This record gives sequence, structure tokens and C-alpha cells, in this order.
Amino acid sequence: MADNNEIKEVKLTAKDFATDQDVRWCPGCGDYSILAQVQRSFPDLVNVKKEDIVWISGIGCSSRFPYYMDTYGFHTIHGRAPAIATGVKISNPGLSVWVATGDGDLLSIGGNHFIHACRKNIDLKVLLFNNRIYGLTKGQYSPTSEKGKKTKTSPYGSVDFPFNPVSLALGAEATFVARCTDRDTKHMQQMIKRAADHKGIAFIEIFQNCVIFNDGAFDALTDKATKDDMLLYMEQGKPLLFGKNKEKGIKIDGAVPSVININENGNSINDVLVHDEFDLSPVRSTILAHLTDSTEFPTPLGVFRQIFRPTVDGEIERQIEEVTMKKGVGDLEKLLFSGNTWEVN
Amino acid sequence: MIKGKEFQNLTEVTVRFAGDSGDGMQLTGSQFSDTTAVWGNDLSTLPDYPAEIRAPSGTVYGVSGFQLHFGSMDVHTPGDRPDILVAMNPAAIRKNLPELKQGGIIIANTDAFDAKNLKLAKYDTNPLEDNSLLGFEVYPVPITSLTIKALENTKLSQKEISRCKNFFALGLMYWLYNRPLDQTIDWIKKKFKDKPEFIDANRNALIAGYNFGENTELFTIRYDVKPAQLPKGVYRSISGNEATALGCLAASVKSGLPLFLGSYPITPATEILQYLSNYKNFGVKTFQAEDEIAGITSAIGASFAGNLALTTTSGPGLALKSEALGLALMTELPLVVINVQRGGPSTGLPTKTEQADLLQAMYGRNGESPLAVIASSTPSDCFYMAFEAFRIAIKYMCPVILLTDGYLANGSEPWKIPHVNELPEIPVKFWTDKSTYQTYLRDEFLARPWAKPGTPGLEHRIGGLEKANITGAVSYDHDNHDLMVKLRDQKIKNIAKDIPDLVVDGDEEGELLVLGWGGTLGAITEAVIRLRKAGYKVSQAHLKYLNPMPANTEKVVRSFKKVLIPEINLGQLSKIIRSEFLIPVEQFNLVRGLPFKSMDIEEKIIDLLGGKI
Ligand SMILES: Cc1ncc(C[n+]2csc(CCOP(=O)(O)OP(=O)(O)O)c2C)c(N)n1
Ligand code: SF4
Ligand SMILES: [Mg+2]
Repeated sequence: MADNNEIKEVKLTAKDFATDQDVRWCPGCGDYSILAQVQRSFPDLVNVKKEDIVWISGIGCSSRFPYYMDTYGFHTIHGRAPAIATGVKISNPGLSVWVATGDGDLLSIGGNHFIHACRKNIDLKVLLFNNRIYGLTKGQYSPTSEKGKKTKTSPYGSVDFPFNPVSLALGAEATFVARCTDRDTKHMQQMIKRAADHKGIAFIEIFQNCVIFNDGAFDALTDKATKDDMLLYMEQGKPLLFGKNKEKGIKIDGAVPSVININENGNSINDVLVHDEFDLSPVRSTILAHLTDSTEFPTPLGVFRQIFRPTVDGEIERQIEEVTMKKGVGDLEKLLFSGNTWEVN
Repeated sequence: MIKGKEFQNLTEVTVRFAGDSGDGMQLTGSQFSDTTAVWGNDLSTLPDYPAEIRAPSGTVYGVSGFQLHFGSMDVHTPGDRPDILVAMNPAAIRKNLPELKQGGIIIANTDAFDAKNLKLAKYDTNPLEDNSLLGFEVYPVPITSLTIKALENTKLSQKEISRCKNFFALGLMYWLYNRPLDQTIDWIKKKFKDKPEFIDANRNALIAGYNFGENTELFTIRYDVKPAQLPKGVYRSISGNEATALGCLAASVKSGLPLFLGSYPITPATEILQYLSNYKNFGVKTFQAEDEIAGITSAIGASFAGNLALTTTSGPGLALKSEALGLALMTELPLVVINVQRGGPSTGLPTKTEQADLLQAMYGRNGESPLAVIASSTPSDCFYMAFEAFRIAIKYMCPVILLTDGYLANGSEPWKIPHVNELPEIPVKFWTDKSTYQTYLRDEFLARPWAKPGTPGLEHRIGGLEKANITGAVSYDHDNHDLMVKLRDQKIKNIAKDIPDLVVDGDEEGELLVLGWGGTLGAITEAVIRLRKAGYKVSQAHLKYLNPMPANTEKVVRSFKKVLIPEINLGQLSKIIRSEFLIPVEQFNLVRGLPFKSMDIEEKIIDLLGGKI
């Protein structure tokens, strides 16, 4: 019977991932774009069934995300999404586990869980909605807000030095680290699919505009007039070029980066660093991560690094298999009656 | 046998081994316990070690002790006061003498009573030589030098040889209490299977100690403690932490669900994580998390994914888990949290016992956040209560806190091992039917369906925001919130219909009921038994279910003129009983980081009865 009943898999569409919930973000919020790109990319995920997808979030505007995805979802508590997702993934490695989180959620209250999920290389896909502000609590500075930022809790300007999420993830030994913006929808979809394909922790920092409390935070990067000079799209195996006519490039001398014009001063395209996401050395990805928010350099987008290391969820499975092969499937009766026993008659 | 060495029969003995943390006293004590258990005595143990791993040698605070009480009768406690103290150095005497019974025996390792150690123990003169131990039976034995002499021919270093002295002491104790050596010799063989020279050395030290007893003029009497009348069956000796781990494993086997433990090491709960890390071939997944919050939240994730979810900790860790406990009860996911209580507040007394987390377990969360709270009362009872915790968690889709304590965790007793087929099944049903599924649908127990990711068509969202009953959609509706607060409460209250009644031991009504909970069962029982024998009228009941309490609890407490609640805290159960049932309660509270002595409880009972028989 089953043979005759072969049902052709119908390809899902973005709509299949939408729920009946009203989306409650402010009109114009960058979160809408992220939701749309996720919904558009998900039908293309290979070998992932809809019922095997789980979205875990913490607390924040961004963490409302799971309510709008027609997958399994868990809106948890502030900062703990990576730890909850870790439990989901370890206990059922067959699931595709995604984390939606904000800059406060992931990097302030949840910083500890984040770095350990990176280090352990748990097979999670982490989307950081970085609006550089606490949205849900109405506009306090966050761990990614620039120093000097005036907010309700920093009326004279914040005195904190911010985290650079990409360099933090790299430093914590994440095996896939990428960045995109809420504006460049095609690029974001690419990054989402790349993350989905990565075996291990995949971290994407998404520059997300909060129209209410931090509007325009990324304008310089996204404005038509400036973006060619301000953004560096990194592509595997290609020289790191930017500028209106791709006339500028990143050169590295030792560990010191500089911007060169390939048409001037005897420079050529051969002087420009060729991007290698798979470079096992962390040096170049770290240098690139630090170009962020500089006046001298463009801000890189794309995949900074992708390396391969066993995942903790996979290793746990492997150990269970190995020990079971060696000792045989556990027998509780035997275990209870093992050790020093004696009989009372 | 040398003439004049007579056997004296005893029904019970309390022994305490004490020495430096590096002297191997825990090992010596547990070997003596194992041999004694196999010999057939009932027993109960109390390891008492400092928080420092290797406290400076010779100091009083560095003394590590191991007490055990064994007998030919039922043994309920590790013993109030030792009959005999094995003191490996002066500090051991300094620390333990106040506890020793008048006329008690001291076996002292004279080699350790040098000027330096005496000074460290704050003795101006050697207590073995001045008159300060008058009234005790002191046996000075040069344990270290006798060990060195016995091991003359080994290739071990001087330091390694002197490390064997605890086996000499153990051998001597085996002789004194007429126990066989083979159990310990087997253990030595296993332990040092790759180091034959250590097998010989330790075995020879053990035998030398035994022979010393036999040949010396020092001892003229040996003791015999006949086996106890225990119910038929196969026994093993079990500590509370091991029993807890096995109980969790049994729940996994009986529910057919893989066990997931998320935990962060903390004394005295760590061993549960250690034990469970061994059971990989049972499919157990242990995750040593980055902190206690990740311990519980990873377990919540595992529960959402359909595993049997567990987190283990002690007081400070439970505090860190509070917020996540709220999430588990709000999302109505099954979760077991085991809190091995230790002395608090804050870091408190990490290696000592206490019962002061009851109110934290009951109420330590934001919002109206009822969950089930149960407690183990003996080391082996930890097995059954861990199993019970999972049964409740799954049936009622709720978090359950199991309270044990440092005394139960480290103490051990003989356990009549149950057969796996005698344990009940734990039924689990995952929801699969798409057409009837609603996230907060309720069954007759008010439990919601458990639908795990991977099930086609049941994609749903849960979270910490208030949910509309039945549909599970986020709801800010005022009346719905009121309804949900009350439903969550009622669901926990319903558990009362599903647990055994509170049993009264003794008259069902009368003058005085001693009501206890948790690890104080042994001490209360011993006190009550002794007083009843002496003709006092006193009844006893012990709560294993704290939230909800058994349905007949009110009736029981109202059947007595007085209710005495002994607790190792300032009266936490007393508070609950008073406020639940509006009855006056007599408290007995000693918060010394130690289990109760039954004589303290006895005194209090006599006092309350006005000395009346
Ligand atoms: C334990 C706890 N502390 C504080 C809060 C309050 N809180 C909610 S969201 C948030 C910050 C959100 O910022 P972010 O993570 O950047 O998310 P966004 O709203 O910007 O998307 C805070 C402080 C909370 N819900 N729980
Ligand atoms: S407050 Fe900002 S981040 Fe939150 S929904 Fe509104 S625009 Fe988006
Ligand atoms: Mg934010």
C-alpha cells in the first residue's frame, strides 16, 4: 500500500511558515525584514522538515520572533535562549534548532551562555538582531551601543565601551560567523542558508534598525550615497574590494590592515587580501572583524569564518554509542544488584 | 587466641574514625561500613569532612571524621555519641572528645602526638600523658611506626608506606569487632589492580593491624555484635546520592524516556552528576553546564523536546534556578529539580547538612508559582523519591522539587534492592493527533498535552507570557489570568489525591505527635522508640510530600493536643503547618550543620510531656 501511496513532497513557500498571529513590531522595524527573509529562505533548506524546526528566543522585541514562525517555538526567559536551545539540541539532535535574540538578550544577560555555546560548538543557528539598544524596555543603551550614546539611562552619554559581536563570537571559537544588514534582503537570505548548512554553531549578526529608539543607527552603512564606500562585501576566494567601482581594497601587512586604491601608487589587485572563510588561522578573520565602525575602514559583511570542529551534541551521541558498544545496552536489574551485595535469608 | 581475650556481646556500637583530611578516614570508615553491612548488621553512617580539600595537616579544622552506628537491632541514626574514637592525631582528639561517650574508648596513633601536632591542636602537654583523658579508656598504639615496620620489605617510599597506616587502624578495628578482612582485601585488589606493590602493602598493613590486636597485651576484650534481623532479600549498602542517581535512572527505564541531566557541580550534589555520567549505555545524557541557570534551562529545553529532564543542585544553585522554575511551571513542562540541601545562607557550610531550603523550594519565585515539593527521609529512600518525582512531573506536567540533604547524600545504610519488575511503570503519552491538539488543553488532572518537536502538524509556540487556557495563545486578558493562576494552583493541589496518606506511628490521637520531614526521620524514630519503651505516650508521623501534603494531614495534626516539629532550620515546616491549619505548633530547632541527635529530641519530648509517662 505504502508504495502506491507515494506522495510527492510539495515544496513549501514562505507563507507556510507564517502564523495567524498579528505581528506586533512597530511599523518600519527592521525585525519585519528578518522575519520575511527567514520565511523566504526556509523553504529552500535541504533535508530539514518543517516539523523538525524549533525556534528558541529569550526576551526582547526580537525575541517575539518564534510567535510568528509556524514551527515549534519557545519564547523563554531573558538571556537563556542559547542554554535552552542547547538542551533541545542535545536531547534531540535530529532537530534544526534556531535562536532569535537581541543584543541585550545575547550579550548582556545571556553573555555567559552565548560564549559557552560557541566554545562547545552546539549545532545551533543564532540570529542576533543587533539594534544597539534595548528596544522592549524602551530605549536604554545596550552592550553594543557606541560609547557616548545618549539614552534615558545615559543622559550624559554612555561611558561603556561596546562589544563587537563578531569578534566576540570569533574569540569564543564559534565555527561559523557572519554578518548582514536588515536592508540587504538577498544577502541576508544567503547568510541564513549558509548558516543552515553549517554543522555546528552558526552565528549571524544582523544590523537591525529600531525605528523608535535608535533610528538611523546604520544609516551610514545602508544609505545609497555612502554604502559603497562604507560596506565591504566579503566573498570566498575573491579579493576584498569595495567602493563605487570596486577600486578600493583591503591590504594586510603583517597584521596591519590598510585601505589601498588599486589604480594608484603602483598598487594592483594582487596587493589586495583574498578572502578565505576557511582559513584555519584566526588572525585574518579577527583583523577583518575589527574593521567594524571605523572611520578609516569599511564595515565587512558576509562570512568571516567557517571552520569545522565536532559538535558537543554530536560528541555526546558518539560517546553513548561507543560506551554502549563496549558495555552493551544498560541493564538496570544488573546495575542495581552490582557491587558489594549480600543476601539475608 | 591469646588467653584472656574475651568476647563481650553488644547490641549496638557507634564508632568514629578521625584524622587529617589526608589520612584516608573516609575510606577507612566506608570500608568498615561495607564489611559491617555484609556481616549482617544494620547500620547508618555520617561522614563529616572539612570544606577544604587538603586542609593544613594537624589542624583542628582539617580533621575529617567518619561515624557509623551498627547493631544487631534496627539502626535509625549514625549514633548520638561514639563509643569508640580512632584518633589518628591530637587534633582528632581535640575536635571529637566532647562528643565521645563518658567511659568511651580512644585508640590513638601515638606517633602523631609530636610537639608540632600537639601545638597545632593547641595542647600544651600531651593529652595521652597528662590526665586530661581521665574517664576514658585510652589505648595508645604507635600506628605509623607499626605500619612502617610491617612494610619494611616493600619498595614503596617512606611517604607511601606511611599512607598505609589507615589500613593498619582498620585491621585493628576489624579484630576488635570481630569482622572478616576478605571484603577489604578484595577491594584493595580491585582498586590497585595495576599496582601490585600497593596491593601487598595495603593488605599487609591491614593484616598487621589485625594481628597486632591479636598479639598485643594492650587489649583484653573483643566485641561481638550479632547480625540484625533484616527482612529477607539481597542487600547492598547505598548512600543517598547514589540512590538518587539510581532512582532517576530507574525512572528513565520505567518511562521509556531518555534521561537528560543539566547540572553544574556543587557540594554536596555533585556526586549525582558524577554517577549519572557513567550510565551512558542507558542513553543518559549529562550536560555539565556553564552555570546553574544553564543547568536548569538546558533541562527545560530537553523537556520541551520530549526527554526526561533533570537538574541537580544545592541551595545557592536553587536560588539561581528560581526564574527558570517559573518558566517551567508557566509552560507546564515536566521537570525534576533535586536540591541536596546544605548549610546556608550564601555559601554557608558547603559540606554540612541543613533543612533550611524548604521555604525557598515552596515559595522562592516571583508570582504565584506553585509546584510540587517532596523530600527523602533516608539514604535509600532517595531512590524511591527520585522515581516518584518523575512520576508526578510527567503525570501533572509540572516541575517537582525533590529535597534531600547533605546528611542523606553522604550517609549510607543497607538497602534491600528492589527488582526492576517490582517498580511501577511510568506511563508517558505524547500527543500526536493533529485534529484535536490544543496547546493548553487539559486532561482530568488538569495536565496539558506533551507534544514534542518532530511531530508533524503539531507545530506550536509556548513561552513565559501568560497563556489563554486551552488554546495557549498569548493572553493579557484579566479574567483569563485569574483563571490560569488558579488552575496552576489547583493542578498541584490535585496531586494530594494521588499520594499516600500520612501514616501515624503509635496512637492515632493523644497528647503529642512528633511531626518531621526529610532527613530527620532516623533521629526522631530512635527518640520515639526509646521513649515509648520507657512508657511515654508519643506518636510520630513523617511528611514525604510537602506540597501538596497528604490529604489527611490536617486530620492527623488535629488529633493531638500538641504537635512537635523538629527541624534543622528555624521552623520552616512549623510556619507552613501553622498557616495551613491554624493550629499551634511546638518547634525544636538546632541549626548546627549536623543531623539531630536523638537524645536532643528525646529531651524535648519529655519536656513537652512534662516528664509524664
Ligand atoms: C530577568 C529579566 N531582566 C530584565 C528584563 C527586562 N528586559 C526585557 S527585554 C530587555 C532588553 C531587550 O533588549 P534586546 O535584547 O537588545 O532586545 P530588543 O528589544 O532590542 O530586540 C530587558 C532588559 C526581563 N524581562 N527579565
Ligand atoms: S521598539 Fe524598536 S526594536 Fe522594538 S519593535 Fe519597535 S522598532 Fe522594533
Ligand atoms: Mg536590542
